[in-house]
Amino acid sequence: MRMNMRTLSAAVFTATLFIAAAGCKKKVAAAPPPPPVVVTPPPAPPPPKPQPPRIDTFVAEPASVERGQSSTLRWSVANATNMSIDQGVGAVQANGTRQVHLNNSTTYTLTASGAGGMDTRSVTVTVNAPPPPPPPPPAPPKVTISSTELLTREAQDVYFDYDMSDLRADAVRAATANADLLKRIFAQDSGFTVLIEGNCDERGSAEYNLGLGDRRATSLKDFYVMQGLPADRIKTISYGKEKPVCTDANEACYQKNRHDHMAPGQ
Amino acid sequence: MKRIYLATFAILAVLLAGAVLLPGQRTEITGTISSGEKPTIAVADMHGSGAAEQYMDTFNKTLWDELAYSGQIKLAPKTSYPLQLPQQASDFKPPVMFSDWTRPPVSANYLAFGYTAVQDDQILLFGNFYNVGQPTTQTAQVIANRYYGALSNDGAKKVAREFAADILKQLGIATLSGTKIYFVSDRTGNTEIWSMDYDGSNQRQLTNYKTSSREPAVSADGKLFAFRTLTSGPSWKIRIHTTDTIRNQNFFNPVSSLISAPEFTPDGKHILFSETVDNWPQLMMADIDGGGLHRISNVKAIETSPRVNPKTGSDLLFISGRSGHQQLWRMNLDGTDKEMLTSNVGDVANPAWSPDGHHIAFCWTRGYEPGNFNIFVMDIADKVPVQLTSNSGRNENPWWAPDGVHLVFSSMRGRVTQLYSMLADGTSVRQLTTQGNNLQPVWAKGIE
Repeated sequence: MRMNMRTLSAAVFTATLFIAAAGCKKKVAAAPPPPPVVVTPPPAPPPPKPQPPRIDTFVAEPASVERGQSSTLRWSVANATNMSIDQGVGAVQANGTRQVHLNNSTTYTLTASGAGGMDTRSVTVTVNAPPPPPPPPPAPPKVTISSTELLTREAQDVYFDYDMSDLRADAVRAATANADLLKRIFAQDSGFTVLIEGNCDERGSAEYNLGLGDRRATSLKDFYVMQGLPADRIKTISYGKEKPVCTDANEACYQKNRHDHMAPGQ
Repeated sequence: MKRIYLATFAILAVLLAGAVLLPGQRTEITGTISSGEKPTIAVADMHGSGAAEQYMDTFNKTLWDELAYSGQIKLAPKTSYPLQLPQQASDFKPPVMFSDWTRPPVSANYLAFGYTAVQDDQILLFGNFYNVGQPTTQTAQVIANRYYGALSNDGAKKVAREFAADILKQLGIATLSGTKIYFVSDRTGNTEIWSMDYDGSNQRQLTNYKTSSREPAVSADGKLFAFRTLTSGPSWKIRIHTTDTIRNQNFFNPVSSLISAPEFTPDGKHILFSETVDNWPQLMMADIDGGGLHRISNVKAIETSPRVNPKTGSDLLFISGRSGHQQLWRMNLDGTDKEMLTSNVGDVANPAWSPDGHHIAFCWTRGYEPGNFNIFVMDIADKVPVQLTSNSGRNENPWWAPDGVHLVFSSMRGRVTQLYSMLADGTSVRQLTTQGNNLQPVWAKGIE
């Protein structure tokens, strides 16, 4: 109800304004009478005026040059008595060309004057900086894989028989390849040390296997030292059967777990 | 009520199925358990007045289990009892008195009976224990005590345990209450040392190195524990902590590629362990701070798990590969008198002494594929091995309880390893842990 009252009063107010505005229009004063017509003779025609000077063309060709190269200004002017171009070019004929040598970008202004007035036009010749010399060819990318990466990628696990820690024939082959790899790594990376982790399958007891894993790691370290590698850069640890790579109860899995693994030292 | 007990027996039977004793060998080995007459005890089911009654199933089961778990009494089956069960002394009337209980089929030497009530919002047990061989209630009375607990199942368990402990104490039977089992658990994601009460309650994490901590050993006084832990390097080190506030004691580790398997001497003054010397893990002995290091084995073989005789303190069990297989050996602490106790077949591990030094327990794969360990016990006098577990997964890490009657051991059934306790004759198997893998238990007496 109150909303209706408010809407109503707004409508009334708007209507009032409209009526008031209409009332104002009606009060405009009546138009004055037209002026009287006066008849006078036409004036005498004026003398002919001289044509103003006109620059038809003013261009630079080419408009953009390399530093020290030249560009040609070409122009065409009509109705002028004096023509000149600034920037040391001086007075010129109505039609002509002029070669200019440029070291920097320059704006040339042609001024043409005569009895009829004056005209000017400007043209700019842009001088581009010479391109920078080509960068030296990039040095061939240095193919240094980190020692850690190299070890991780190329070192082979060394496998053992059940309850044994001596290197069997395939283990000697893997160990020999590892020794060559370690020689390369140690040569390229003087601070690098390697950790041999000895592991066992799950069948022995935890305590005995810890000892067996130690034997396996030590036996590989001894092999490396015999190959001429420095003992002080080869550490060992046994994880016994506490860090299996495989948890199935079959010989394939047991064999995977009976191994020495090579890891970067700390 | 009968159904509950049938269920209990069924559960026990299932558990025991995994721990079958070889027939005919029982009396050879379990001297303290089997020899002599065990007293026969009748335990009358009790009732509670008012709000106490709802907790009485829990109470009666707990009391029975606690007494049975002692392994040193015979419990008369409840089905043989008289229909009218006594609740208080005045229920026994001449001329019958105790004859219902002493005559067959019950044939009891003792009777536990009583009832509970609510007092001050607590459960109150009137617990009686009578020697029913006596003529009068006055002379028969061994225990007539009051026990209080919270008015809840836990409170009912508490009063049942206290009553059972009093009964066992009166019969001269050692209680395990207050003893602690230290063990290794990986339930947090890291392998740490934990402890728990004898029944698996109150499990608590003791170390928090977040690497790998294993092979706990506890000093005879229960105040120190040693263990092997992975330190930066990486390398294994022995650490020694106090058991109360878990303070780290200084132990100076020798420099070696491997240090493991710590063990205290019974006097608590020395530590034995396995250390790799000249490429072979050998047995070493040092002072409790790591000083005075000397070698007690010298052989091109892996030697580990030194366990000093708790009674003599002068000889030890250990595991050695010197015969070609990992076998159980014994020698004096000075390295003399070496003898192999097992028959050089299979693999042997985890030797443990009974507290009196007469029996040993160990695990062995004899008769099974490599890795299939079972628990064996042996009387050190006759050296006859008795197998306690079979066809129940991989069983390792036996350790004697301070009462000399129970063993705790680890068993991998499926792919997880849990701790169990049992009597040293292979019966009364109880599972103690359920979370994560749990192994390498050491059962120590509590700190007085």
